[in-house]
Amino acid sequence: MTRNEAIGYLLTAMADDALVQGHRNSEWTGLGPIMEEDIAFSSMAQDKIGHAWALYRILHENLQGQEPDRFAFLRGEKEYKCCHLVEMPNGEYDFSLMRHFLFDHAEAVRWEQLQHSSFEPLAPLARKLKGEIKYHTLHANAWITQLCRAAEESHARMQSALNACFPLALGIFEPHPEAEQLLMAEKIYAGEAALKEQWMDRVYNILAVAGLNLPDEKAVTPVYGGRKGYHTEYLQPLLDEMGFVFRMDPEAVW
Amino acid sequence: MTITEDRIYKALEQVMDPEIPVLNVLDLGMITHVEITEGEAVLIKMIPTFSACPAVELIRNNIRSTVEKELGASVTVEIDKEAHWNSNRMAESAKEKLKNFGIAPPQIHNGEAYSEILMHTACPHCNSENTYLRSPFGSTLCRAIHYCRECGHVFEHFKPLE
Repeated sequence: MTRNEAIGYLLTAMADDALVQGHRNSEWTGLGPIMEEDIAFSSMAQDKIGHAWALYRILHENLQGQEPDRFAFLRGEKEYKCCHLVEMPNGEYDFSLMRHFLFDHAEAVRWEQLQHSSFEPLAPLARKLKGEIKYHTLHANAWITQLCRAAEESHARMQSALNACFPLALGIFEPHPEAEQLLMAEKIYAGEAALKEQWMDRVYNILAVAGLNLPDEKAVTPVYGGRKGYHTEYLQPLLDEMGFVFRMDPEAVW
Repeated sequence: MTITEDRIYKALEQVMDPEIPVLNVLDLGMITHVEITEGEAVLIKMIPTFSACPAVELIRNNIRSTVEKELGASVTVEIDKEAHWNSNRMAESAKEKLKNFGIAPPQIHNGEAYSEILMHTACPHCNSENTYLRSPFGSTLCRAIHYCRECGHVFEHFKPLE
């Protein structure tokens, strides 16, 4: 693996997570439980897809990758590197909120860290995106805290959503020793283990205030595979739907 | 007439934000560089407010066509990848225009948590700070929704952004 292949791997994984999570967020458009929430998930969808696009653009312009739209919509399922957490259907609102909470804190930690990346196109983008993602974590924190304090049922549902999401969320940090070693040596990023530690500290502090118990990491099996191209049964139907219009005429100019 | 930077800025004053029609691209702090290049051509660099702003290409085209029309010169508009927009770039005069338009302007920030800044956003209708944040997301990516306990208005707020 070369340096550029390792960077390509990292950026593709990050972009695919943002794209697929963005698509899931957009599935709440028109269906949110209250109007503010409908708008919130729709806005976050727009942000995430914008973030994915910015990363695909770096792949295209700096690493000889394909044109962003084609790369986003025309790859085969196994070429996507998203984690299983973002592939899962939205389910009930408790699941969507908990996934949003765990995923966006991971995004926040990652982008804050990438401000110091030695890979030039990444640092200015990181400085911009970390400010935008703060609004995502602000939204998630507010709902986690409110629902956990509201009533027994809402608290119990958030705890069970946390139990379901946690092993999936560990998959965000699926290791890739070869790529990570290269990227860490070049000071391009800090590596998945370091990011996971920071993320655990952050989510723990908020969950503790909300009265939720973070499952013991040693007692669960992290859900890996996404970064290697092994996906859940939910990804292919999502890709079919997401790229449907684009594939009707890939040469069309929009 | 010769092309001067002054005339370019005058022309830019006419390019309004399509989502907030009372503010032009200079008010918003979206212009990072203006240059008269060889052969009397114009190079302008700009930055979007939010990275996923859907209006970027529209604004970029509006800048090009307006400056071309006003100056009769060939104009190139580039996205500046070195700079990034933050809400402290907004001109003070722009904040007054925003408030008169019914949108609370962004507070000056210096790296503190957004939750603290957003807590007491002054109502653009009655100036009361007895308000609360209803949602950090609004009708466009750059807006949040607040409620004023004093006058009972729901109002929008141009969010501070680092």
